[in-house]
Amino acid sequence: MAVQPPAWANAVTETGRPEPGPVPPAASRHDELHRPWRTRLPLLPALVFTVLLTQIPFVMNIFYSLTDWTIVPPLPRQFIGLDNYRALPDDQFFRDAARVTVVMTVSAVLLSLVLGTLLAVLLDRAFFGRGIARTLLITPFLIMPVVAGLVWKNQMLSSLYGVVNWVLERIGMEPIEFVSRYPLASIVVVLVWQWTPFMMLIMLAGLQSQPAEVLEAAKVDGATGFGTFRQLTMPHLRPYMELGTLLGTIYLIQVFDQVAVMTGGGPGSTNIPYFVYQRSIGGGWEFGKASAYSIVVVIASIIVATIALRVLSRLLKGEEIA
Amino acid sequence: MGGSSERGVGERRSTDVVVGIIAWLAALVFFFPVFWMVISSFKNEQDANTSPKLFFSPTLERYKDVTESTTGLLSFREAFTNSFWIVTVSTVVVLVLAIPAAYALAIRPVPKWRDVLFFFISTKFLPVVAAILPLWILARDFDLLNTRLVLMILYTGMNLPLAIWMLRSFFQEIPRELIEAAEIDGAGLKGQLASVILPIAVPGIAATALLCVIFAWNEYFYAVQLNPAGGSTIPIWVTTNISTRGNFIAKLSAASVLATLPVVLAGWLAQKRMIRGLAMGAIK
Repeated sequence: MAVQPPAWANAVTETGRPEPGPVPPAASRHDELHRPWRTRLPLLPALVFTVLLTQIPFVMNIFYSLTDWTIVPPLPRQFIGLDNYRALPDDQFFRDAARVTVVMTVSAVLLSLVLGTLLAVLLDRAFFGRGIARTLLITPFLIMPVVAGLVWKNQMLSSLYGVVNWVLERIGMEPIEFVSRYPLASIVVVLVWQWTPFMMLIMLAGLQSQPAEVLEAAKVDGATGFGTFRQLTMPHLRPYMELGTLLGTIYLIQVFDQVAVMTGGGPGSTNIPYFVYQRSIGGGWEFGKASAYSIVVVIASIIVATIALRVLSRLLKGEEIA
Repeated sequence: MGGSSERGVGERRSTDVVVGIIAWLAALVFFFPVFWMVISSFKNEQDANTSPKLFFSPTLERYKDVTESTTGLLSFREAFTNSFWIVTVSTVVVLVLAIPAAYALAIRPVPKWRDVLFFFISTKFLPVVAAILPLWILARDFDLLNTRLVLMILYTGMNLPLAIWMLRSFFQEIPRELIEAAEIDGAGLKGQLASVILPIAVPGIAATALLCVIFAWNEYFYAVQLNPAGGSTIPIWVTTNISTRGNFIAKLSAASVLATLPVVLAGWLAQKRMIRGLAMGAIK
């Protein structure tokens, strides 16, 4: 948990060394000089790999976004400065895609967090067959997103053979072709189905890391179950909730698979990832414009990420304060 | 696990029964689509394409249909082989790169290790879609489109930050004294890894590898953009079982079961480890 010092912090306090990590007792001046490189060396392969793979495409994208490059028609590539960016706010389709992305991400993250927390509270209690119930509950998270989208579209939500509509008919309602009438909501349902187990796992870890003595003490003092939950458990769970929100947002803002197989980017369900795909290698071939779109997405993501990383930084700092 | 076993007796019993019933109902609801997919895979198309029915004469014919190879079409065998190699190689490379990196962030922290860790995590915030166009162009220029190699490289990049993040937290739990003892005995990085760190961190490494396998096995976006015609993986194969003519639900279900089975089984077997890995990797 956040409040425990890392192992090396213990080592520092016990031996009174100022620097984390022990220096071999008989280190000569020669070794001291070379130490920075010796410590950095194990990091380098991973760092170089990540820098190459993530930063080169980004720089290429910036370059493309300043050109009018299209594959069809195959005209010569010309430098046009910021024109692609100026055209952006007027592009109705881009604005729609941005709105869909926000609605999709926010609703899926919040719903799965709430459901996941509720399920975690249930699973934290002992009951018959708890292990099996947990196994069943985590399964949606393990299902391939493409398969999840297809199963829900064809077998759950379909108006002809869908189980959900079968249930609706039994209780006297008209069948609804969910995916074509409510494309965004249908996709959110699938995302929530898959991400609730993930949130549940994180919250369960949070609940089970609560010190039993504190809960016991609260009970001795006559606290009600709900009071204990609100005043002790909720604050304890906060970092876990933040973490779930953070990880969920990173993945859900990029959803592509479910959109691709459920609606193929039909009206009202094209999020920005799918939109950029449509405009570039998915058939639009407007590489200049599509690059400008994706740069905007990167900037938006950096804003979200800065906020999120601040949260993370607090978690990491917490490690050392305690 | 949960504290209930230590809590009060009698009065708790009845609430625990209620909790159990609600939890079981929720579990069945969440599992139902998977159950239905499995059921449908044993139907013939007439039984699958009708008002939902639970009783029918089960058949394995759909599994035979989807695993049969037809010339010119992506076969199950081919997609499975591609997926197997791409997932295995990328996961191994991730571990080979991430283990020393996690060492340099946790056990013998480099200066500004927090910034380095942040850099790795921040790359996960870059939208995949923003990189796909340059990656496609690079892959085309290097003749890597429709090859296994391109997905091996990309999946390594995709999972590396997560792996470093998780392994760092597992490595931090290794008692310092053990590493120092190995150091005094003159063990270098390799020696320390082999004699102390890896044996202790095996559960954590297994959890990390499992998550990498899940994400790589299920990945569809890169695969469908870069490898539609060769080196295609299982998620692409699943979508080839959708037919625009005639009924396909039973066939698609059989394909879906085959596609999801390896990861679901692995996840079930390793769930406790994975919960720990997610939670610790996350918070610690």
